[in-house]
Parts: sequence; structure tokens; C-alpha cells
Amino acid sequence: MNGSRDLQVGPDGRLRHLLTTEGLSADLIRRILDTADQFVGVSERDVKKVPLLRGKSVFNVFFEGSTRTRTTFEIAAKRLSADVINLNVAVSSTSKGETLLDTVYNLQAMDADMFVVRHGQSGAPHLIARHVKPGVAVINAGDGRHAHPTQGLLDMYTIRHYKKDFTALSVAIVGDILHSRVARSQINALKTLGVPDLRVIGPKTLIPTAVERLGVRVFHDMAQGIQGCDVVIMLRLQNERMNGALLPSAAEFFKCYGLTVEKLARAKPDAIVMHPGPMNRGVEIDSAVADGRQSVIMPQVTFGIAVRMAVMSMLGSQ
Amino acid sequence: MPLPDPEQLVRALAEAMRGRIAADAGMIGIYTGGAWVAERLHRALGLATPLGFLAVTLHRDDFGRIGLHRESRRSQIPFAVDGREIVLVDDVLHTGRTIRAALNELFDFGRPKAVRLAVLAERGTRELPVAPDWLGAKIEVRSDEDLVLSNENGKLRLAMVTRP
Repeated sequence: MNGSRDLQVGPDGRLRHLLTTEGLSADLIRRILDTADQFVGVSERDVKKVPLLRGKSVFNVFFEGSTRTRTTFEIAAKRLSADVINLNVAVSSTSKGETLLDTVYNLQAMDADMFVVRHGQSGAPHLIARHVKPGVAVINAGDGRHAHPTQGLLDMYTIRHYKKDFTALSVAIVGDILHSRVARSQINALKTLGVPDLRVIGPKTLIPTAVERLGVRVFHDMAQGIQGCDVVIMLRLQNERMNGALLPSAAEFFKCYGLTVEKLARAKPDAIVMHPGPMNRGVEIDSAVADGRQSVIMPQVTFGIAVRMAVMSMLGSQ
Repeated sequence: MPLPDPEQLVRALAEAMRGRIAADAGMIGIYTGGAWVAERLHRALGLATPLGFLAVTLHRDDFGRIGLHRESRRSQIPFAVDGREIVLVDDVLHTGRTIRAALNELFDFGRPKAVRLAVLAERGTRELPVAPDWLGAKIEVRSDEDLVLSNENGKLRLAMVTRP
């Protein structure tokens, strides 16, 4: 998507919006991760606040419900001293018939500096980014099946934290790749950062056709796919998928693709296990793994705040 | 006019400070140049409290104009700030804005009993009411030039650099 590249990064190389990890250069991704390093420390001190976004207004505009993601953006913005306004648009304006852009124009008239947008339709944040005033930034907090760039970036931060170098890694992404905007954002970023061995594992019904074109290897057998991996990323199996005849049952899915201690034993002994949350224990991941020695699921949450602070501070300096 | 040798300035600073700071004072160097100076002062004075470091980028007032510096250094203060005498150390005092940012950063870690300031050199163009308690040398610098401290294989050097 060339349009999003021009939309995201200005001619001076600075980040203007964050809409997708697709097209982000390795250098820019590293710059975001380096910036996040500075913010990890902020959350550990007495005063968990720095004044970088003091006087700025960040609007969390969620057309699709998500308490967790909204909360992490809210915490990140508040630790940067921004004023945060949360709008659960799903149950207000749109139900009264207002169009997406009218909602945005109204919020812009209230002098918003930054929009954090989640929308069920792929491409909605791009549309908004094309229509906001210069200097107003848009962060995609998840759009349809398309992208969830801050999740992808916090996963890169987590992998870098534990594995240092991307260029010798085997990474497996397991589960519902088809409906996952998280998987797309991860795959783009992992390829850009030079991961040589990237695998997706799941049943045929949940793997997009021609996904190999993204430079990944497809496995339908979990034991085979996970063999020798350094990083195992589990995806959430959305309950609504059970109804659509894509899967026989949660128990059946767990038997084939749920991450258990036995299956994980095929990965490298120092492999890390990641999950974007919220987890379905006993569906895609066993508790013994989720709470086990190799799990970095809680650090992912902590790093997520720092990465979102990094993105917001970079966007807020324009 | 030749620039003074910063290693000599550090030795003179240490002599001026000796006996003038509390036994349990905490010394903190401001990245990058201030950290080099602080390492030397800390050693020369034989302070018992371990040395701390401050990164001030998150409190800079020119953030909106120039954005964040790309650096991954973080503030590290390996002692309790509350109730302690703090000696801040920087290389070159210019406008005073770095010290303002450093004070804000420092107060995020606690409430010190007092904060003193030691700087290697001052260029005499302050924009804020910030004065050093101990000063190595006052050096005249033209407005289109910068006074820059570098560390070459562990040896400090002062240089005048014309702004791009």
C-alpha cells in the first residue's frame, strides 16, 4: 500500500501517522524501539510521568469495543502528560447516523492533536488520516483484518529484548492467521527486520490463501511447524469463529494447535512464548505454558505501554 | 586563545569541592559530557554513594521543535534521592535549559535535601537563573559556535565547533 507509506512518513523521514507496519523501514522501526527503551524506565519510578505531550489532547476513538487496548493507549498518553478523552463511538454518534468523517471533523473542531482509532472496517484509520488537518496525527489501534501496528511493534520490542538479533531467528505464528490483524502487522515487521525463517501454523480454514507471498512458510501440523523455533507467537482464537463452520470445536482446536508443554518441547529450549491477549486458556494455550518459565506474555503488556509512549511522543513532536 | 585542558579543570574542580559536600552526598552526571566529568570527580573525591546518571531528553523544552533524540540511555540513580544532598555535574553550562530539565527529571525520583551544581565550563549566555556552585572555567564562545567536550580513548578534550 504505497499510499499509506506517504501518509505515514513525511518527506523529512519523520513519522506523521502510524497506520500499518507495512512499508515502515527497518531504520524507522528501530528508531521507535530505541525510543521505547527510554520510556521503559519511566514506568518504574516514583513519578511515572514525563511532560512531552503536556497540553496536547489525545482522543481515543473506538468504533469497536476493546477495554484493554484503549486502556494501554490511555495509560501511555497520560504518562506523557497528555489530556486523554475516551470516546466509545460504537454506542453513540454512529448509532445516531453520523458518518465516520463527520465524527472526526467534530472532534477535530474540539482541537484534538492525536486520534487513536479502532474500527471494524479495514482502512478506516487511513481514511481519517487523509482528512485530518496537518499536524494532527492518527494511530491505528486495530482496523478490521488489516493491521494493529502498535501490537506488532511491541512484539518486535519484546523479541529484541529477549533475542537481541532478528537475523538468525526462527519465528512461528500459530492459530487464526486469516482473521488476525495482529499476525499481519507482525509478519510485515518481522520480514523488514530480517527474520530469515518465518512460519505460520494453523488449520487450512484459518490460513489466508497465497500467504506464502509474504515470505512465510505454512504448516498445518503444529509439531512440525514449531520444531526448532526461537519464538512462538500464539494468536487469540476468537469465539465467534466457532460459529462459522471454520472449526469443529474449541476442544478439537486445542488438541491440534493449542500450545502445551509437550508441543513447546519441540521448539528450542530457550524459546519464548508470546500472546497478544486476551488469552483463552485451554483453547489456544495451556495454563502450564501461559504461566510457565518461557512465557513473556506479561512483559509484552509492560513493554506495550513504553512502545505506545514512543509512538505517541514521536507523533507529538511534529 | 587555546582552550584549557579539561582533565586539569576536573582536578581543580575536585579540589574546590573537597570538604564542601556532605559525606553521603549523591553525585549525578548529566549525559553525555556531564557523565564523563562526574565519573572523574566521583573518583577524585572518593565518594561512598555510587554515581548516578541523568538523561534529560524526556524533559527538554525544545522537544516540540526538534523531537526526541535517538538515544537509549536512561536515567539511573542507584541511591535514594529523598532527603539527600545532590551534586549535579554537567560539562558546559550554556542557556541553563539542560539544568532546568535535569532538575525536573531528578525530582521525579524524589525530593532532595539540596541540589548543587558543578560544571566544567560556562560560556556566559544563560537564559535561565541557573548558576553553578563550582565552575572549572569561563570560556567566551561566539554565538555561531559550540563548546564541545569529547572523550577520546578515556582522555577528555574541549573543542570549539562551528554550528552547521
